[in-house]
This record gives sequence, C-alpha cells and structure tokens, in this order.
Amino acid sequence: MREPNHARRLMLIWLIATVIVTPLVVILVGPNIPPGNASEQASGHVTDNTVLLGMATPVLLLVLIYLAYAVIFFRQPQGAALEGPALRGDTRIQTVWIVVTSLMVLVLAVYGTVRLLADNGAGSGSGPNPVAKPSGPKLPVQVIAQQWAFTYRYPTYGGVETPHLELPRNQMVELHVTSLDVVHSFWAIQLGVKADANPQVDNVVFVKPTHLGRFEVRCAELCGIWHGQMFDYGHVVTPASFQQWIHQQQVTFAPVTRKLPPYKTTYLPEPTRRGE
Amino acid sequence: MTSAATPAAPAAPGTPASRPPWWRRLIGFNLLTAVVLGIGGYYLGWFIGHQISSPTFTYETATDENDVALLLAYLFGVAGFLIGMGFANYPVVRLLGRPPSLREKEEQGISRYFGLCTDHKVVGMQYLVGIGVFFFVGGLNAMLIRTELLHTTPTVVGPSQYLSLVGMHGTMMMGMMTSAILGPFANYFVPVMIGARRMAFPRVESLTFWLLMAAGFILVSTIFFGGFPTGWTGYEPLNNEAVMGMDSYIVFFALVGVSMALLGLNMLATIITMRAPGMTWSRLPIFVWSVFATSILMVLAAPVLIATLTMAALDRTIGTTFFVAGGGGSSYLFENLFWFFGHPEVYVLALPGFGIVLELLPVFTRKPLWGYRLAVSGMLGVTLLSFLVWQHHLFVSGINADLRPFYMLSTEIISIPTGFIFLCVMGTLWKARATFTVPMLFCLAWAFNFLIGGVSGVFLSDTPSDTDTHGSLFVMAHFHYTIMGGLVFTFFAAIYYWVPKMTALRFNERLAKWHFWLMFIAFNSTFLPLFALGMKGMPRRVSSYAPDLHGLNVWVSISAFVLGFSLLIFLFNVVYSLIFVRRRAETNPWHSKSIEWQLPSPIPVNNFTQIPTFDSDPYPYGTPSPPAFGEAAAPAPAGG
Repeated sequence: MREPNHARRLMLIWLIATVIVTPLVVILVGPNIPPGNASEQASGHVTDNTVLLGMATPVLLLVLIYLAYAVIFFRQPQGAALEGPALRGDTRIQTVWIVVTSLMVLVLAVYGTVRLLADNGAGSGSGPNPVAKPSGPKLPVQVIAQQWAFTYRYPTYGGVETPHLELPRNQMVELHVTSLDVVHSFWAIQLGVKADANPQVDNVVFVKPTHLGRFEVRCAELCGIWHGQMFDYGHVVTPASFQQWIHQQQVTFAPVTRKLPPYKTTYLPEPTRRGE
Repeated sequence: MTSAATPAAPAAPGTPASRPPWWRRLIGFNLLTAVVLGIGGYYLGWFIGHQISSPTFTYETATDENDVALLLAYLFGVAGFLIGMGFANYPVVRLLGRPPSLREKEEQGISRYFGLCTDHKVVGMQYLVGIGVFFFVGGLNAMLIRTELLHTTPTVVGPSQYLSLVGMHGTMMMGMMTSAILGPFANYFVPVMIGARRMAFPRVESLTFWLLMAAGFILVSTIFFGGFPTGWTGYEPLNNEAVMGMDSYIVFFALVGVSMALLGLNMLATIITMRAPGMTWSRLPIFVWSVFATSILMVLAAPVLIATLTMAALDRTIGTTFFVAGGGGSSYLFENLFWFFGHPEVYVLALPGFGIVLELLPVFTRKPLWGYRLAVSGMLGVTLLSFLVWQHHLFVSGINADLRPFYMLSTEIISIPTGFIFLCVMGTLWKARATFTVPMLFCLAWAFNFLIGGVSGVFLSDTPSDTDTHGSLFVMAHFHYTIMGGLVFTFFAAIYYWVPKMTALRFNERLAKWHFWLMFIAFNSTFLPLFALGMKGMPRRVSSYAPDLHGLNVWVSISAFVLGFSLLIFLFNVVYSLIFVRRRAETNPWHSKSIEWQLPSPIPVNNFTQIPTFDSDPYPYGTPSPPAFGEAAAPAPAGG
C-alpha cells in the first residue's frame, strides 16, 4: 500500500475543522462567557475573551488533530519491530513555527494592552495613579476591606460609610480599594471588577455600570478563616433612586459619620500583630 | 540488592561475617540516632526559646504561643537530626586533619536506604519513596478538601481546618514535588547518562534528601500548632497574624529552599564537570538538558525564598516590620519577593516534565528526537524568561500598574519557547512507529494536558481577561493542568519507564493501564469543570460558595475521588508487583538505546567498569547507526 500524503491530509482536516469550529466558538461560546454585560468593563471582558478564544481555537485544533492523527496512523504494526525514519529536524518548519507563534504573541500582547488602556484599566486594580483615566465626571467610592466584610465610603456625600453598595447606572465610578488589616481582593463579579485591597495602599479601579440589577461581591484573596463567607451583594440603580438611597444612608449613619476619621485614601491599619 | 556482577565494586571492608550484634549496630550515626538527636534538639530549642522570650512578650505569656521557641525547636531539631545522620562527620574529620571516609554505606544491604549514603542510585531510590509518601499525604488533603466542597457551607471540617488542609495540600505539593523528578530520576540517571560514577558532591546529594524529609515532617507537624491560614503563598500580613502553625510553614519552605538550591548546585556541577569523554553539550540527552535548566532555576530562585521567609520569621518573632504596613513595611514587598521565587518555581515543576517526554518519545516512536537544538533552546528560553514574568500574579494588586503591558508581553513570550517543545513532540511523532506502552501513554497525556494548561494560561496572561479569573478556580484549574497534568503525569511516565531498571522488577501491565486510563479521564473530569466554576465566580480556597454552583462541585468532587482511587490502583500495583510477585524485568524491556539500559539491572555500585566514551548523538533510532557509546556490548550494525 502506498503511503498517503499525511501532510496534505492533516492540513485539510485542520482547515475544515478550523473553518467550522472557530466561527461556532466565536458566535456561540464567546458571548456567553461570564461576566456578562452589566458594565462597560464586563462587556469589554466578553469581547476580549471572545477574541482570545477565536485565536486559541485554531491552535488547539491543530495540536489535538495532529495528536489524534499520529495516534491513529503512526503506529507500530502489530507484532513488528520497525524503526521510524531518522528525521532530526527541518529548518523550514521550525522557522515557520517560530515566526507564526511570535506574531501571534505580538498580536495578543498589543491587543491586550489596547483593551487594558481603552477600557480604563478594564476593571482591574490599577494602583494609586492609573495611567488610563476616563474623562468626564466620576463618582468616587471608597471600598474598605477588613476581616471579614467590605464597607463603602462615599466622600462626595459627606464621607458616609455604609455596609451597602449601590451604584448609579451610566455613571463612571472611581473605586478606591484599601484594607484595614490583611490583603483582601474586591471582586464585583458581574461588573468585571477586581482589585486587591492592601493596607496603606489606595488601589483605584474604574467601572461604568450599564445595566440595572444585582451583582455579587466576593473577596478573592485569602484573608483568614472566614474568607469564604466574605461575600455580599451590590446593586446598580437609576441615578434618581441612587440619590434617594444615598441621602437615606447619610441620615441613617449620621451618628456614625460624626465619629469616623476624616476621609483619606488610606487609613493606618489596626495592629496586625496578635495581641500587641 | 547489589548485583553480583560488579567487577568494579571494591570489596566491602566490613563483610557480613564480621558484623557486630544487632544492638551494637544501633549505636552510631544512623536513622535511630538522628531521630533521638532530632527530638533532643527540638526540646532544647523549645526550652531556650521559652527562656529568652517569654518574659518579654506579654502576648506569649497570655496565650501560650511562643514563635521564638517553636522556630528554635525546629532549627535545633533539624540540626540534631542531621548530626545524628552523620552529616557533621566529614567536616569534623577534615577539621581535625584526619583522612575522611571517601564513600559511606555504599556496600551495605537494605540499611543503606535508611541513612547517609553516597551512592547516587541509593539516594534516587530514597527520593522516590520519600517523595511518594508525601505525595500521597498531599493527595489525601485534596480528598478531604473535595469532601468539604460537597457542601455549600462548611460542614465536614470547620473553616479553620479547611484552610489548613488547603494550605497543607498546596504547600506539600509545591514544596516536596519540586524534586519529584530531579530527586529520584535525575539523581539516579544523570550521572549514568553522562558517563560518571557519582555526583559531584555525594554527601550534599544525600543531605538534600534528608533535609527534604525533615522539612516534610515539619510541615505535617503544623497540625499540632493550629495549622496555618494562608495557603501555600503565605501572604503577609495574614502570615504575621497567624498562630504558631505558620512557623511550620516558614521552616518547611525555607528548608525546601535550601534543599532545592543544593540539589540544583550539585546537578550543575555534575553536568558541567563530570561528563565522560565525547559527551559534548550537543550529545547531552535531552533529559539532562532539562535537569540543567531546572537546576539553574533552583539555584537562582530558592535563595530569594529563604531570604523572604527569614524576614517573615523575624517579623513574627523579634518584632521587625518588613511586611507590616502599620510599622512602615509593605505587603507588596512580600508579594514581589514571593513571586520572584514563585514563578521560576512553577517552571521548576514543569521543565523536568518536558525533559521526560522528549527523552521517552524517541524510544517509543523508534525515531530520533526531532529538533534537538530547538528543544534545548526552548528549555533555556523558558529558564531565562521565567524570571521576567512574576508580576503577572499581581495584575490586580495595584503594584506597578503601568508595567502591566510589559508583564503581559513577557508572559505571552514564554509561550514561544514552550511552543518549541510542542513542535519537537509533534515532529518526533511524525511518521513514527509508535508502541503505546504505559510510559508512552503518560507522555501523550502530557501533551493533551499541557496544551489545555497552556491555552488557559493565555487567558490569564491577558490583563483584562485575568481580571475575572484571578484568584478564582480558573487559576486553580490552570495550574493543576500544568503541574499535575505536566509534572505528575510525566512523574508516572518516568516511574513506569525507569523503575524496572532501578529495581530490576516489572510492573503488572494490566494494572498500570487501568491506572493510566482512570487517572487520565478522572483528571480531566475533575479539572475541566473548574474552569467554568472559576468563570462563574467561585474563588479559590473557600468552603462556602453560591448554591447554584453546587451541582458542578459535586461532579468535581466525585471525579476527584475517582482520581484518588486511580492512584490507589498505582499503590496496589507497587505493592503487588514490586513486593509480592517480584517478576524480574528484562535488562532492556523498551529496547532503548540510551546508555542506562545497556547496563545490568540494577545498575552496579560504580555504574561502569570503565568510563565510557561517547561518539554519536543520544538518539540513534531510525536508520542503522553506530552504538551510542563506545562500551556498548549490543551488536549494532556497523556503518550507516
């Protein structure tokens, strides 16, 4: 039996699979990946993940199809002890491989950087002085993490501190994440926001909620025994009901607000050494 | 155990006939003395710690917690253990100007496996068993973790114990398993493969093993001191807040660091200086290259860990504030230092796996390794780049946020040299004459697992995408695909491939195949759903999660139990085949052309009657070609 042209067959199988599978993945899987479209940043993540999936699928298919093909066709015949061809490399294939992977890596890195800057940090904690600042009015909200709860301070509303988080829709929010004790991480899952809370650090993250509704808040950095219970819910509301809510909070917490230290980006943490 | 056919082995000075009675043999430098001195040292340190510390710190007197005492106890205990083992003898004898013993316990029977032995093959066996034991302890922790996660709220164990389990599982696997391939297989086969009779520093070689065992014991002892809540990363300032069990973590990881650095140094010295004539760099077996690359990482990364943990220990004991924000320190400093070690560390786990796969594929495909130079440059490229990517663990931390594009780029660049390895695997499989033995199956499983691990890594290296997945089960699934799928699968490939040479006994093939298929399917069934769980918002290291994630978690737990069961099959196979049935393996069951398979099994004490010379590349498969080394007795056809 004449040996078939394996290279051509493999190429053909891969091309057909890629042409069929990649669009399916991009159209059907991509848009359904969390976190959804609750904020501009979250929608950005969905687009980003879809692009990455679209790039990864052909690579994944290439290697998987190759492995499957090799396992099926490149076998030792039953009972034989044949030696394979003594191939020790191929400069052309290696060069093509290096060039193609390098180009893909460059595209990935450039694309990731563009998305990171265009989405104003893409919902990730960007340190005290983010380079990509959104223009226009912003609502500052401070997220204060401690074992094992988050509280929120609204400096533009008299520095009121409340255990509830509500954000107005279509308003760029500037979250200042900090901690009073150990390292926590503020994760607003549906908003696509994650920022570590470090003591003595002001970690800024921008998010613009676009859809009304509830979102989950979890701690994403191990912070002690009740780390798993450190979760809560926040709400995206209309600007009008936000105003109503925040005034209500100001009234409710007025006695507390008077005793709070003045608003600062960080607070001297409580001693973290046991018992001192 | 020693084969009779060892003409090069000099006659042992103490022949069995003149051996003293059993009770006399218990006195001297051996494991018993080591344990006694270890316990003695432990209580001495404990005592001193209480004397120097308790009156000054109100906290310790109030709570019965004394970190100084525990740290000193551990250090004195380890010192006592090592002295009892006999590690101080050589330096002391040299200091006194007397001639030292040049080899230790190489000729004794089974007892050489329980002491300081300078035979690299004995140390390899010690490592294999020692690491195996701790691997199963770590695996048992994982089973308990998955049992707890059958429930949406803490039910089986409390939240504190749950964190201790998570921490112990992670630390055990990331600490002990650093040497999973270098310890047993590099120690055993690197000297043979390069044509040497021993390692460059045989006593240091033994020291790395016993240090690792002492470390593993210390980590397990954390359960007596309240465990530790930080996971394997030990982040500050939680580290500083934690109870005494944290000190076990600190001492454990520091000792592992010492062991790693010494092991790496020993390997580098051996590979650089002790190659036989003709063993040029371009003839080095690819497994030796992977050991070389891994050793560079170990030597450069481990000291950073030791320094970091020393600072953490000082914070906990004498009141420095390196990592305490309230005293002018920074939690960022710990994160930076830890991951500067921690990222090379994950390649310490991955690189030996590359080496095993590329070393074994030519044997089972009956082809030379495709793209030898590409594979070597891939490994060295990974080694270099792995020091430039650590802040991708800190994308959302706020550290140097402006540098994230750089770390994104450097992280993604690492996929280029890793891609080299894949190309070499694919090239070697091209038109192969493959036989699907158990080691070959594990190698192919590596290709599948590492592919998924690598592709998921692309999502994590992209900052916008990482914002969702950082700290979630997605990351956990990713590194289990690369470490368990990359290291543990190749670890088993190496076991099934080389243990028949190391013990001269063969495994039951049917049980081995059951082990493979069950492990491969259960592994994927366990970890693939974790990507989805992470995406849906389940963080790592939690024992309570949203009720809508319950179904998937139950699925994962059941798969994990099947995975655990597959490892029990392996354990049963070991006991059944190597202890009870004891069927003798052929000298070269795989028809490998590598040098270690041309030697009698088990390999005699001095490896070679005469140092071999090498005159061709290590993979003379395919076309007829001259034997791989001058000493080969196999009648290979001339010419070609």
